[in-house]
Amino acid sequence: MTVVIKINMASRTRRTQTFFRALLRSPAGLTGFIIITLVMLMAVFGPLLVPFDVNEPNLRARFMEPGFTDSTGTYLFGTDQLGRDIFSRVIDGSRVSVLIGVVASLISGTVGVLYGLIAGFVGGWLDSLMMRIVDALLGIPFIILVVSISGIVGAGLTTVILILGLTGWVTYARVIRAEVLKTRNLEYITAAYAIGQRPVVIMFQHILRNVISTAIVLGATQVGITILAESSLSFLGLGVKPPIITWGVMLADGRQYITSAWWMTTYPGVATTITVLGVVFLGDWVRDMLDPKVRGRR
Amino acid sequence: MTTFLLRRLIQLAITIFIVSLIVFFLVRLRGDPISVMAPPTFSEEQVEQLRAAWGFDRPLVEQYLVFLSKAVTGDFGQSIQARRPAMELVFERLGNTILLTFTSALIGIIIAVPLGIISALNRNSIVDLLVTTLSALGTAMPSFWLGLQLILLFSVTLRLLPAFGALTPAALIMPSVTLGVGMAARMSRLTRSAMLEVLNEDYVRTARSKGLRNRTVVIRHALRNALIPLVTVMGLQLGWLLGGSVVVESVFSWPGLGRLMVESINVRDITVVQAGLLWFALCFALINLAVDVAYTFLDPRISYE
Repeated sequence: MTVVIKINMASRTRRTQTFFRALLRSPAGLTGFIIITLVMLMAVFGPLLVPFDVNEPNLRARFMEPGFTDSTGTYLFGTDQLGRDIFSRVIDGSRVSVLIGVVASLISGTVGVLYGLIAGFVGGWLDSLMMRIVDALLGIPFIILVVSISGIVGAGLTTVILILGLTGWVTYARVIRAEVLKTRNLEYITAAYAIGQRPVVIMFQHILRNVISTAIVLGATQVGITILAESSLSFLGLGVKPPIITWGVMLADGRQYITSAWWMTTYPGVATTITVLGVVFLGDWVRDMLDPKVRGRR
Repeated sequence: MTTFLLRRLIQLAITIFIVSLIVFFLVRLRGDPISVMAPPTFSEEQVEQLRAAWGFDRPLVEQYLVFLSKAVTGDFGQSIQARRPAMELVFERLGNTILLTFTSALIGIIIAVPLGIISALNRNSIVDLLVTTLSALGTAMPSFWLGLQLILLFSVTLRLLPAFGALTPAALIMPSVTLGVGMAARMSRLTRSAMLEVLNEDYVRTARSKGLRNRTVVIRHALRNALIPLVTVMGLQLGWLLGGSVVVESVFSWPGLGRLMVESINVRDITVVQAGLLWFALCFALINLAVDVAYTFLDPRISYE
């Protein structure tokens, strides 16, 4: 037993080493990794990093330009209509944006993978029915669907996560189903049947493991899409509501004062862009890593 | 071709039918739509009257059948807010959204295709790095934020373009650029990878070894084949644009269907929301059909018989 564990540990360290070596060789991948790490740190340690209370108004310092200093300190990114520090709010906003992006993508990933797995594995009329539903859901552009649902159901942090999670699974379902169909007739699956394994075991043990890398790549894109969707929702006033801070909420706030206080919209937008850029870079790199066709070329 | 078209039309009808089910249940997600529609000042009795007038007290199946049978004739009921047929409102705005979507698509393609080609031809060069970085940036930017920055630059600072409305043709510029940039970013990535794939093909090598001019090889031999995967995703991309219009139209107060949807959702005008959703789905389905047909013309190897 101990021997087995040792071997596993050794191969794991080796895998970690290869991972970092490959990452170092790709400038885009590395940039993405650094951005995501920083954003994660910001999200986790945000409350310790912020120089000001994020919801404490300072009415004597309303609409102050970036760099404004008074007795309470320096406002690096300026202040908003209530004199709150934009810099602190951008840091704090990362928590909810990241939380929504990650949790909603996990929900949609789980639902989508299971859905695609079942449709592809079971096949027949069930597959046709399940895929027609997918077609119809894809038939309504994603943002429009999300906007309509949150308008009807009402907004809030939990509802936004659920709405984004329960609408984003459709892409996974379709792609995973196609992968399952490809895998289903491979020799090792036939072999698994031949030695008398139960279909459920085959589905989860053999097929799922072989399609999961596709799901991971999709998941990376999905996190970016979800973060952007949340920010659009909040911007339209149909997403998370104040006093919870997200970058979308800040952008919606800043829009009204765009002619007089550009910093209110510029900074949260830059934060969103950089974060999603990190997700895109890292996602592309992971895709290339997992695709043997591309891996050799670089 | 006729059988293919027929089969696709039947498929389209089935999709729209399921969409109608989704739309029907969507507005009932919180139970009775009356709870969403009725002003909070209404008394119990008034709510009951409203419910009966709208037929929400009948069984769901009956409600759906009534909804469907009216919807196929174009009757989605009266808008609660505007007190006019919902369909009329949708039609007033639909043209503006189509105009915006196609202008943005055009801008997207005009930017994306040349950039993608240049970047593929100069793989791993500075130009390639610049193009791929810019396109990553374009996909990462929230479209409405880009819109706000454009307003800041061209309307507030330079005072060149109108910030909202659709009174002059110039008002179309900023919304369509805003939407088009996102599309250009996604399409240039695709063009680049499609070109890279094709440039390695045997027939490109043959064309080069025949001594053809570089331009002829790139445009006639490579690009025409690289276009095929691009057309495949065109339908999906136009779907993105339709979706993006909801947000961008709100930024620029562009009088299109997307803005109408947001306005109607905000005041819980469910007849308009239903009509708008179905029309968005119908447009999207028709675009996809058109793309599939265009496909057969582009690639003679594909036949749907």
